[in-house]
Amino acid sequence: MSCWVTLQDYGLRSLGYGERLLPRADITLCEQAVLIGSGMIWNVYFGVLALSFGFVFAVALALAKNSDTWLLRKPATWFIFLFRGSPLFIQFFLAYEAFVLLPRVGIDINLGFIEITAETRWFARAWLGALIVLFLNTSAYAAEIFYGALRAVPKGDLEAADAYGLTGWKRFRRVVFPTTMRLAWPGYTNEAIFLFHATVLVFFSSFPAFQQRGDALYYANYFADRTFNPFIPYPILAIYFIALTLCIIWGFGAINRRLNRHLPVENRARLRIRPNIIR
Amino acid sequence: MFGFCTDPDTLSTLRWFACYLTNGAHFLFYQSFLVVFALLAITAPVSLAFGFGAAAASRARIAPLRWIGKTYTAMVRGVPDIVFFLFFILVFDQAIEYLRHRIVCPDWTEPIRQGANFLVCDAARTPQGAAPQWVHELYGFALAVFTYAIVFGAFCGNVLYGAMRAVPRAQLETAEAYGMRPAQVFWRILVPQMWIYALPGLSNIWLILIKATPLLFLLGIEDIVFWARELGGSRTSAYQYPHPDWRFWYFLGLLVFYLAFTRVSEIVLDRLTVRLSHGQATMAGEEQRRAARA
Repeated sequence: MSCWVTLQDYGLRSLGYGERLLPRADITLCEQAVLIGSGMIWNVYFGVLALSFGFVFAVALALAKNSDTWLLRKPATWFIFLFRGSPLFIQFFLAYEAFVLLPRVGIDINLGFIEITAETRWFARAWLGALIVLFLNTSAYAAEIFYGALRAVPKGDLEAADAYGLTGWKRFRRVVFPTTMRLAWPGYTNEAIFLFHATVLVFFSSFPAFQQRGDALYYANYFADRTFNPFIPYPILAIYFIALTLCIIWGFGAINRRLNRHLPVENRARLRIRPNIIR
Repeated sequence: MFGFCTDPDTLSTLRWFACYLTNGAHFLFYQSFLVVFALLAITAPVSLAFGFGAAAASRARIAPLRWIGKTYTAMVRGVPDIVFFLFFILVFDQAIEYLRHRIVCPDWTEPIRQGANFLVCDAARTPQGAAPQWVHELYGFALAVFTYAIVFGAFCGNVLYGAMRAVPRAQLETAEAYGMRPAQVFWRILVPQMWIYALPGLSNIWLILIKATPLLFLLGIEDIVFWARELGGSRTSAYQYPHPDWRFWYFLGLLVFYLAFTRVSEIVLDRLTVRLSHGQATMAGEEQRRAARA
């Protein structure tokens, strides 16, 4: 069987298309590379969506934490502590168990509307349930980064804004927000990398892989168990992730250059990539 | 555990919780918290030692030693850690069996890798098949600890390397001007001063290490996550008491445990920062000096 055929059979296996049965005996290098790559679709899906939704929520959280109003500040502070202070692994477990319990509660409250029960069942599926957990988690981490940057906005910038007569929303949009983003961007890049790394926990912790549609680590672990040889699947997975990390650094680096384009060269913030870290 | 637990009337009262939470299976659950603390207590110093070695090696004047140090600290970049955990556990297991196989059974002719199997002679099985259960568990735990130490040692190496570079150059030059040898400069000037620069990074790693402990479950250790699942699940082999699915409440308990643990660690680390800032040429140290003088 040529590698092209394998790609046709297993290229979209993680989404449920193509060959149903996973390779069992005589596993080739090509099959491992294709299936693990197919699983990467899920990692990218979780990472991209959680980051995009999380960015907006994180900005709101950071502003709330910086607010003078007790009613905004306290909930935001507690939310950030809750998600940064506990392991993502436990959060996945807890969320899954809560989502599994949902339908009964939902039926009790809604007197059995068919749409509602159908929707609550989706929460226990990885594509929605895990996405929600990752979204909340990255929001908390990013909010802390944005909050730190918000506190670090130079006093001179604010005075300049006052001098120009900018107030309220206009001052935020034209002065505070761009500077916050510029200061936070290196840290936020690291956060994005960690988030993509954290997506491997989805199918590995609590959310079941329906019909063996899993992510990259799910398939890598499957091959390592099958062949009892960790030296092939895990390095393949590592290569995929290093490639993904390089893509993120490239994309975020482009945004970083745009955020810093008005500054003299020596003042520009450099992206410093820290080693990855479990959450 | 309590006397009133034998009385059926307690079933409907609050005291029932006291009875439920002190039954035999729950004491096994509480003991498994010790597994987490044991992991932390062993992993933290060992990975700090690994990291110190790596950071010192990265600064070495001998090129191969420097390469080893840099490669080790660069290893953890770009790849999710859980991959390293799963990878190293299998690799160490196979490496130990392979080495023992070569020593114990030198006249074994068949290949070790036969298709999907990894076959060594019976005498090289680690641990021995007939060994008691606790030996198996201890072996698995030791492998897990070693894996954690390697991965977190690389994190510490990164932090300590940065901290060593953060010590003001003038301090080292002064020591050299006093005629200290390189080893003396390293041990007497560099190492005592680097900790305050390393502390923010190290406390971060400590918090991350706490949050990494539930991954023990993925490595097959009977830790708190394992027991929470067993006790909370409605039908499990480890727990005979029939009840509905309570896993949500058990995991909620674990969440609270981790939050409290994190919070306590943060407070302790903040105090440690104040202590270590004493007499340092940093902003915090300068503020302490002024406060003491005033």
